[in-house]
Amino acid sequence: MIEHYLSLFIKAVFVENMALAFFLGMCTFIAISKKISTAIGLGIAVIVVLTLTTPLNNLMYQFLLQDGALAWAGLPDVDLSFLGYLSYIGVIAAVVQILEMTLDRYVPALYNALGVFLPLITVNCAILGAALFMVERDYNFPESVMYGFGAGAGWALAIIALAGIREKLKYSDIPHGLRGLGITFITVGLMSLGFMSFSGVQL
Amino acid sequence: MGLKEIIEKLDPQFEKGGPYEKWYALWEAVSTIFYSPGKATTSAAHVRDGIDLKRMMITVWLATFPVMFFGMYNVGLNALTGMEVLGIEGLPGWRGMIINLISGYNAANLWHCFIYGALFFVPIYAVTFLVGGFWEVLFAAVRGHEVHEGFFVTSVLFALILPPSIPLWQVALGITFGVVIGKEVFGGTGKNFLNPALTGRAFLFFAYPAQMSGDAVWVALDGFSGATALSLAASGGVEAITRAGIEWQQAFIGGVAGSIGETSTLMILFGMVVLLFTKIASWRIMAGVTLGMVVTATLLNLIGSDTNPMFSVPAHWHFVLGGFAFGMVFMATDPVSASMTNTGKWIFGLLIGFMVILIRVINPAFPEGMMLAILFANLFAPMIDHFVMQANIRRRKARTSV
Repeated sequence: MIEHYLSLFIKAVFVENMALAFFLGMCTFIAISKKISTAIGLGIAVIVVLTLTTPLNNLMYQFLLQDGALAWAGLPDVDLSFLGYLSYIGVIAAVVQILEMTLDRYVPALYNALGVFLPLITVNCAILGAALFMVERDYNFPESVMYGFGAGAGWALAIIALAGIREKLKYSDIPHGLRGLGITFITVGLMSLGFMSFSGVQL
Repeated sequence: MGLKEIIEKLDPQFEKGGPYEKWYALWEAVSTIFYSPGKATTSAAHVRDGIDLKRMMITVWLATFPVMFFGMYNVGLNALTGMEVLGIEGLPGWRGMIINLISGYNAANLWHCFIYGALFFVPIYAVTFLVGGFWEVLFAAVRGHEVHEGFFVTSVLFALILPPSIPLWQVALGITFGVVIGKEVFGGTGKNFLNPALTGRAFLFFAYPAQMSGDAVWVALDGFSGATALSLAASGGVEAITRAGIEWQQAFIGGVAGSIGETSTLMILFGMVVLLFTKIASWRIMAGVTLGMVVTATLLNLIGSDTNPMFSVPAHWHFVLGGFAFGMVFMATDPVSASMTNTGKWIFGLLIGFMVILIRVINPAFPEGMMLAILFANLFAPMIDHFVMQANIRRRKARTSV
């Protein structure tokens, strides 16, 4: 039992790394990776959001949207799964809003550092991606908690590593045309090459 | 007129404003082979040391020589033994002509094996050197930096980790990717974050798996397939290796099929002694890699598995199989892409040792994991350094605060 959840977690962190295997959540991944300290903050925010939203969306799917999910309300023939995207995003937006207000109140330094990218977590495709993967793979509630946490941890690990590399690259002599975004894209591509070591692992 | 005067006389021609200004990078690279540059630092804070980057890199280059020569012999030995098995008389083409002129096809003859291997290795190395050197000089000339001797090391390491039967156009493509994308786009030697030789090889590995993996590529002879010891181990553990006639001693000394430079752990250890004695490579990284490998392998031995024979391969076999030793001595210790701090070097090494066993054992897609393990650890080297430094800062703050 524990083994099953552990392998689910490892798979979400390394084998199916949101950022480096699926290239999801690229906009924030590239924009907020200049400094390690900010990257850690955003990484933690994404972990929190994913760990909350994936199970919430799972409940939503199981008890409201799935074909026949409304049987408890006496409507066994209703299939609301076409509302999936809308409702997942709604849940994500609400959770991010709450997180934003909490950060503003208790950790203003991080709130200011993340700036506009915190609300943008709402439309971070890694977050919605995790919800959709969860539905597609038919995870139950505890599995979706583990998967959400793992996917967030993998994304956080990737962005912190990228921030480390970019801090080092500050001292590099990059050709003018490639400075900024260009070299970051190349860096992410090369990082993805390093993460290929996990492709093919069966868990 | 001595060599020194000739160089000094020619020097102004290549300086800024001289007629051959554009060729300065190339001139600087050649002239400083013989004499250290005459320029002296005038401002404060500089290190006076006879060993500059050029001497350092050439030492590494020399340290690969035992591996290189044994590798050539080993390529010949494997191929000539294969020829006897298949009953092939001779090689077609220019290689056959040269062999007919100066040597023969006797697998027991050291000279014959060496020439056969050299006829495969030298073209690979020459292509690596010419194509890679072309990019290096082009970037140096256009961007106005010097040709760095790091390229000496990159080229020889890249050539040594290729299978001997690789087509030469792939060699050219691989070193191009390694030098341009792995290094020059970041500004050249010392500015990159991945090992360029490994980047090039990883590119080839994923782009052309048919020529870079499987059983058919490790012996330089058409139609002869020799499995590497690692792919044997993946199919049946240590038993399968010994059943194929490979004892531990043989895997240690060399003589098995594999990439050109990786097969002889003994020769690699000679190189290691040189690098450690001259303090060019970090002993912390090597110790970390070994420790991480031993602990992980032993742990997996204890866990065991009924379906995966790789679980039972003990640490001393992992040490001599595949590219472990070569990667540990020459690749992981690359001072640019490894961690910089002393504690960081231990963690970096442990991560490589852990990952290499994990990939070899757990991942059925790749029998060998050294290349990917080092690349993976390279990604986290700056992050490790960051946290080591932060911990240091915190500790010192706590010590001094009132």
